[in-house]
Parts: sequence; C-alpha cells; structure tokens
Amino acid sequence: MKSISPVVFVDGVRTPFARAGSLFAQTRADDLMVKVMRELLRRNPNLPPARVDDVAIAAATQTGDQGMNIGRSVALLSGLPNTVPGYSIDRWCAGAMTAVTTLSSAIMAGAYDIAIAGGVEHMTRHPMGEGIDPNPRYLAEKIVDPEALLMGKTAENLHDRYPSLTKDRADAFAVASQDKTAKAYANGVLQPDLVPVAVRDLENGWGFVTVDEGPRPGTSLEGLASLRTPFRPHGRVTAGNASALTDGATGAILASETVARELGLSAKMRMVGFAFAGVEPEVMGVGPVPSTIKALDKAGLSITDIDLFEINEAFAVQVLAFLEHFGIADDDPRVNPMGGAIAVGHPLASSGIRLMNNLARDFQANPSARYGITTMCIGLGMGGTVIWERVEENA
Amino acid sequence: MSSSSTQSSTQTLPDEVVTEAKLRWVDLQSGTFALITVDNGRDHTRPSTFGPQGLASLGAAIDEAVATPGVVGIGVTGKPFIFAVGADLSAIGVVNDPSIIEAFAKLGHDVFRKLGETSVPTFAFVNGAAMGGGLELALHCNYRTLDASAAGLSLPEVFLGIVPGWGGAWILPNLIGPQKALDVIINNSMNQNKQLRPAQALELGIVDAVFEPADFLERSLGWADDVISGRLDVPRADIDRSTWDQIVDGYRAGVEARLHGATPAPYRALDLVQAAKSRSRDEGFAAEDTALTELVMGDDLRASLYSFDLVQKRAKRPVGVPDKEHARPVTKVGIVGAGLMASQLALLFARRMQVPVVMSDLDQDRVDAGVARVHSEIDGLAAKGRVSADKASRLKGLVTGTIDVAAFADASFVLEAVFEDLDVKKKVFASLEAVVSTECVLATNTSSLSVGAMSSDLKHPERVVGFHFFNPVAVMPLLEIARADKTDDATVATAFAVGKELKKSCVLVADAPAFVVNRLLIRYLGEITKAVDEGADFDVADRAMDPLGLPMSPFALLQLVGMGVAAHVSESMHAVFPDRYYLSPNLQRLLDAGLQGVWQWGSDGSRTLDPKVDEVYQRGTTTLTEEEIRQRALNALADEARRMLDEGVVAEAQDIDLCMIMGAGWPFWLGGLTPYLDRTGSAEAVTGRRFLAPGIASVPA
Repeated sequence: MKSISPVVFVDGVRTPFARAGSLFAQTRADDLMVKVMRELLRRNPNLPPARVDDVAIAAATQTGDQGMNIGRSVALLSGLPNTVPGYSIDRWCAGAMTAVTTLSSAIMAGAYDIAIAGGVEHMTRHPMGEGIDPNPRYLAEKIVDPEALLMGKTAENLHDRYPSLTKDRADAFAVASQDKTAKAYANGVLQPDLVPVAVRDLENGWGFVTVDEGPRPGTSLEGLASLRTPFRPHGRVTAGNASALTDGATGAILASETVARELGLSAKMRMVGFAFAGVEPEVMGVGPVPSTIKALDKAGLSITDIDLFEINEAFAVQVLAFLEHFGIADDDPRVNPMGGAIAVGHPLASSGIRLMNNLARDFQANPSARYGITTMCIGLGMGGTVIWERVEENA
Repeated sequence: MSSSSTQSSTQTLPDEVVTEAKLRWVDLQSGTFALITVDNGRDHTRPSTFGPQGLASLGAAIDEAVATPGVVGIGVTGKPFIFAVGADLSAIGVVNDPSIIEAFAKLGHDVFRKLGETSVPTFAFVNGAAMGGGLELALHCNYRTLDASAAGLSLPEVFLGIVPGWGGAWILPNLIGPQKALDVIINNSMNQNKQLRPAQALELGIVDAVFEPADFLERSLGWADDVISGRLDVPRADIDRSTWDQIVDGYRAGVEARLHGATPAPYRALDLVQAAKSRSRDEGFAAEDTALTELVMGDDLRASLYSFDLVQKRAKRPVGVPDKEHARPVTKVGIVGAGLMASQLALLFARRMQVPVVMSDLDQDRVDAGVARVHSEIDGLAAKGRVSADKASRLKGLVTGTIDVAAFADASFVLEAVFEDLDVKKKVFASLEAVVSTECVLATNTSSLSVGAMSSDLKHPERVVGFHFFNPVAVMPLLEIARADKTDDATVATAFAVGKELKKSCVLVADAPAFVVNRLLIRYLGEITKAVDEGADFDVADRAMDPLGLPMSPFALLQLVGMGVAAHVSESMHAVFPDRYYLSPNLQRLLDAGLQGVWQWGSDGSRTLDPKVDEVYQRGTTTLTEEEIRQRALNALADEARRMLDEGVVAEAQDIDLCMIMGAGWPFWLGGLTPYLDRTGSAEAVTGRRFLAPGIASVPA
C-alpha cells in the first residue's frame, strides 16, 4: 500500500447561475455540466485527462438529462478518454459536496490519485419533487412531520425553534448578501470562476450567459418587508430572504497532494476533514450545526480555529441559526464574504462546489486565515460540513 | 439595392421558407457584441436557405447592430447542425424573368457585403453545414471559426450549373489564392460535389480556427473576444499574383478536356476567378451578378435543378412501389455464385444489412476463393480504419460459403449472380425452390434476361424479382428492381426495403429487355458502332457525343464494360429488337482478335487506335460528321425512351432520367436524358412530342 497523502482542491469552476425558467430553460442539464468539465480540463493543461481516476456528478433528480448515470455520461460527452469511469451521486442539496467528500475518501484511501467532482441541477427541467413517491409509512407512522418535504415550511419551523431569529434579522442578512455579491462582482472576484455558456432559445436564437442572473443589487429592507410569505400566513420566509429556484452546474478537480505536485497542478486548499449529520427533517435547516460540531471534533479543532465560513444560504434563517448557535454575529465579516445563495441562487446538487470555489477565493483575500469551512443544510434533515486549510501556493 | 427591386423579387419568389436573422447582444470582455442567429425555424432536415425575405431580415439585423453605439463586433451563426446553405433554389426554378434573378443576385451581395465593409470586426461562427451562399456569407465576414464536426462545407454552385455568385468567386481567390479556390469551386464541385472536411477548410485558409463541437460557440466567442481586444493576431498568407493566370489556365485545360464546352457554368466560374486577380470588389460582385443571371436563365441550370430534385427526392421515394408495410423481414441472405461480382454483392449485403450471407458455387475451391476474397476486402477496410477490428470480425463471421444448396433453407432473400444464360438461371431457381421457404424472395441480378421467363416453371413465381446492380456494385448508386407479371406486392416491397438498406437508389422497372440504363446505352452504342462500320472515322465517332459532356466517350465505355459483355448484351437486344438494335459484326472480330477495346493509351495519356484494330475491323466508305453521328444517336435515344414510356417500362420520364444519372453517370445539366432530348429538338423530331412540358427542366416561357 502506498503512503497516504492529503487531498487538495486543485481548481473549481461553475456556470453562471440562471433563474429557473429563464436563460438556461432550453439548455440541457448535461450540456451545462459538460461546459464545466471542459473548462476545468482547459484551465489545467498539466492534468493528463487519462489520469482522472473517476468522475462523480451529483443531481437531486436523476432522470432525463440528469439521468443515464450522468457521471459517466458527462465524462463521455466532455471528451474524456473512455478509460475514465464515472458515477452519479445524490444527497439532495449536498450532492456536489458529497461528490467531493466521497472522491476525497478514495484519494485518502490511496485508491485514487485524481478525480473530478461535480453537481448540476436544472430546476426548470426538473422541478423540486419531480417524480417523488414518498412511502405512505412516512405519514401513517409519523416518521416525519408532513411539513418536512416542503423546504419553505421547514424554514418557518426554524424561526419557531429560535424565536430570537426574527424576520427583520433574516431580511437584514438577505440585504447584506445582495450587497456583498454586488461588491464582489464590482471587484471582479466572482467572475473568474465562471464558465460562460452559449444558450439557444427557439424564439431569440443564440445568446451568451456570462454572469449570474439572480443578484438584485440595491435590494432594500423596505423592499423585502413588502414581500408575501408564501409558506405561512404572516410568516417570516419570503422570496427575498431565501434562495431562488435556479439552474446551474459546478465542478472541481481533486487530487492527492503528492500527485498534484508531481504533475505541477497548483492547489487552492487542502481538505482537513468532513462530516455529515442528521436532524429532525422538519427543521432541516439546523443540520449544519451538528455536522460542523462533528467535523471539528474529528479534526481536533474548535469553532474558534475557523477563520472563514462559506454557508449555503438556502434560507437566511438557517444561516442565522448556525451563527446563533456558535455565537457568531449576523454580520461577521468571516461569513460569506462574497455573498451567497440568496443573491446568486441555489441549484440544489451543484451548490456545494460553489461554496468551495468561494472559500478558495476567501483564502486568497485573507492571507492570515488558516482554516475555513463549507457547510450546508440538506433536505430530509441533514447537514454537511467540510473543513479546509490554506495552502501557501494559493496566494 | 433599391427597395423596389427587393420588393419585386420578394413578390415573385414563391413559398419562401424564411430564414430569420435573430439579433442578441452578448457581453464579451472587450465589450458588447452583436450575435446574429440565422434560423428558418425548421429542424436540421430543412436547412436554412436565403430568399428575398430572409436576406432582408439579415440586412436589417446587421444594420441594427452596426447602428448601435459601442458595439465591438458582429458575429453570425446558425441553428444546430446548420450554418446556412445558400439561396432557396426551389424558388429560382420557376422564375422566367431575368430582372428578378438579377435583383435577387444583387440583393444577396448588398446584404452579405455589409459584413465585409463595417467599421467593426465581423465573424462567422460556422457551426454546421455551410454550402454555397451559406459559405459565401461566412466569407464576407472578416474572420471565421468552424465546428470540428461540421458536415457539408462546399461551394457546390458549379455542380448545380451556376457560379458562386454571392461573393465567393471574387472573395475566395483573393483570400486563399486561385489554386486553392479552384480546387473548391471547380474540382470539388465536378468531383461528385465533394465536401470539405473541417481540417481541410482550416488548412486551405477558408476558416481561421476550428473548435470542438462540445463548446464550439463558447470557444468561438472567446476567440472573437481575443481578436477584438488584440490579444490574438490572425495571420493571412500573402497571395502570389504573378502565377495567377497560369494557374487558372491549368484548371481551364482540365475542364476543357473533360467537358469540351458541354455546359457553361465551370467556364464562367473560371472566368470570374481569373478576373478576380485585378477586379475591384465592386467590379467582381457586379460580374457575379451578370454571370449568375445568365446562367439561371439557361436550360442547363433548370435541368440541373430538376436532376438535383430527382436525386434528392424521387430517388428516396420511388414511384409505384407497394407500401413498405408489405415488406417481409430479411434475416439471412443467400448469394448464388462466388465469382467476382458475387463476392462484391456478398460484401455489400453483409456490410449494410449485418445479417448472415451465404455464398454458393459448384465446387469448394471456387467457394473458398469467393469467401477469401470477401474476407480480404474486409481486412482491407479494417486496415484503412473504415471498420473497427471488432466490426471486421463480425462481418467476416457473417460471410460463409457452401456447395450445398441446403444451406439456403432458412434464408429469406436469395440473389443469383450466375452466368447470363436463361437455362442456367432456371435450374438455379428450381434447385433453390426445393429448399427455401415459400416466402423466400428469389432475386436475379440479370442485366438482360426476362425475369418472367426465369420463373415460369416455379411453383411460386410470385416471389421472383429482378435486382439489377451496376458495376462496381459498391460504388454505383442505382438498383433497377424489375417486377415480372406474377411478382407480388410483398416481394416488390421486400426488394425495395433491401435495396434501401443497401443504401441504393432503387427504381421500379418492368420486366422488359435490359430494363432502363442498358437498354438505352446499348441502343446508342449500336448507332456509334454502326456509323464506324459504315465508314466513319473512330476519332470522329468517339467525339460525336462530346457536346453532352458524358463521363465517358462511346468507345471508352465499350472498353470499360468489356467487349465480351458488350457483344453478348448487344446480341440479346438485337435478338429481341432486330430492327432497332444494331449488332456490329466487327465486335465479334475484335473479340476473336483478342481485343478488349479499340484504343490504347500511351504513358503520357495520349490515345491512339490499337494498330490491330485496323487489321480486323471492316468498314464501309461513307464519311459521316460528328454532328451527323450525334444526331443519329440522339434520335435513337429519343425513339427508344419514348417506346419505353409507351410500353410502361417505367412510370414516367423522370425515372428514365434518374436511372441515367445514377446508373450511367449522365450529367445533371442534361437532366439525365429526356430534358436534353427536348432541348435539342430530337424528341419532337422523332416522336412528335416532348417528354416534359416546357418549364420542367427548362426555362418556362
């Protein structure tokens, strides 16, 4: 058995994220994933494609253009040699995150040298809940609360659990997310991770999507206050303090640090550890709390060691619940410095790698930071957390 | 372009499937870029073409892009798999007013040239098929990228009987030099309309970059961004103008040797390319307008469009054929015979149908040799990379041999390819009938025997059909399928289904002597040999058909077919129609002297009469001119074609023409045969009537 090497995040890119039913409406999900895959290979010419040991692509709805084993399918469609295998992964919102951790496990075990992880969700072509067939026992035996399958309702439930997390705090966090995203765009720090995508629609011909469609710069508290609360009368969760239904794809190259050095692949960060944990499905948004505790515990670190946080903003309240638990201020500059899903959107299974791309940029912008985490909540009551460490070459 | 002429051509080109130009603004790093998609709203089976309305839409999109402040560049691309394929030719075929054509030609120039004369850089992102005016649209742009999977890249105008008249004849030689331009405009066009591979287009300098299809447009837009921002320089080769005329003269000599002036389009194209050396852009485009108008107003172009339509449509939907629902599945094929022709047939069936193919012959040695010949052909295909090793194994496994007719017991289609002798063939069918099922189709590759006579003693003559290939069977696209009196619908439908799987163009013919192509060729060759027998000079007689631009002169054709075969078929036709089919006693004399033809070719390609010919060939003393001989031949063809229609050998004159194009390689500009007989007056002079109404394959009155 060869010696075990740490895993490094070599590079990650993504398509711009587009609102469901909009720019990508007539573009296939697998085509979005292919653009990401090819850009990764193009940006890393030192990686001989045949050296990729495996490809794992996540999608929450694995049918049609997200089916047919999209991992293998995308590998073939991207022009990878047919010697490179591939598989599909599903952990709902944490699909891409799980693709990263599963492939990294294989690298850490010495089975793989290099792997490509990815995630795609085309929420236009595959609306949430498409084709699901919940077992009647869920309700009959009260295995989960009936509201557990409606994510907006689980967010309302979270407000109930943490009464201090008011709608005002959620709206303020949402406005900050929009502001931080606008600033990141203005500074040109988000654009380098984007793969422009040519899109065709029958009506208008070919277009070119180069930036995220979701952000609403200039969003105000007053504006958000007027939005309706679709999940509960006089509720707290609105379209303004939640992530929008979105189409997009992400991908990343992972490698054993030793092999990355041999090939001359530059790394952006090193994996320290990870954990997934379960919670009551009806408050799934609290999932990142136990998964982070578990990951820190296994890594022998404490929350105070973490210098940077990339938390998926499925709902503002779910980020606030995490911050409240760990005693971090709502506007702590270490948290989502470039904004998050409330602005750019959350194409379910793809978002995990977007968080990692952002964290890699955060490390660049914060030279004194040593540890960072990417974390997200997951439907049916789970959280996932990956802890990362600075590498000196990512300056 | 004045608006009045736009309108007049808009009004008079009917049924235009309008290709719309859709303008969208896209963000590049260098700024706002205008991306125009040309799309006729149909799928790829109806490629985007340009009529007056489509051109107007493109013109408007370009104008809007140019007029928009801050635009950094303009790009044009197409719908999936198709960039654009040029003018809407179906509309042109019915126009009889030259001013409409000239206005249409000018409109094309006026719109396309905007892309070559704007203040911002223009790009063609050639994402798929770009033929004719489609490729010319791309040539007008300052830069071109090409999808590595694009199929259908050509300037096929000369093939169709016109010239690249929307800028191609002037721009292309000035872009890549006259030699490469003429390879595309003349040589490829005249070589069965050969298409360019993307790598060739790059090599020739027709495009500047080739990108893989998976992200072609993304890469193209990125490339354009680099060009606009100056990060990328696109070098263009200098053109040596000192050798220009000499190069064009070389191509002209090649065209002349082949066509002898038979049709004007290649000559007009050569003239335009020659003059492009020194003409200004305006002059060049104006000369294209003139050439285009004159050619479109000529019968050669109308006949070419008619031919094109036959090949594209009628060949794919043969007339008078029972519905394909009647066809029975074919899961095993038998070939009786293991000679050269039978081996070619076995390979064709195995390759196209992927079912077991059994060859049989009288003795094991012949069978082994036949199978070995097929296997070695398959190895050859594998060595050239045309089939994979696995596929080669599969194909070889499919082809076996036997000397026991019982091996055909479970075959569903058996084709005999034995010697042309009625008794032999009858015996073959009788022995087959003893072993095969009652539904097994028995097909004959006879070229001149009666299918009905062959099946007359069978218990089930309804499953016998003629299946006449042309040599070499892998190359020649025509298959004459002959229905005898007793042949049933299921058998005919099955034969057509098999023919289609073999990727042949099938024409339904009656069970008449020599069917269509050979019946006409033998009749006309008889007139030529008769003229020589009377005393005409070999050279004169062999040049008699030059003004038609046939693929081969009469005596060259005789030589290709083989003197033995020619004599044999002539004898059988003479036996059936002694008054019309001349049987030259000299053919037998040549054969007896061991001659396979009258010409011999020197190492420099020069042609002389084989001296042994004069020793045996007995000729009269009547001198005949080329024109007299040609007139006799055309009159004979007109007479025979009319008789064939009257006898119902084929459904319509169109089928005769399709057969002559696909089976004998007769040129598009003749319309196969009957349009030329109408055009030259032979039809009316000999038969008192035309084959086709004026306006079909000719300029309407």
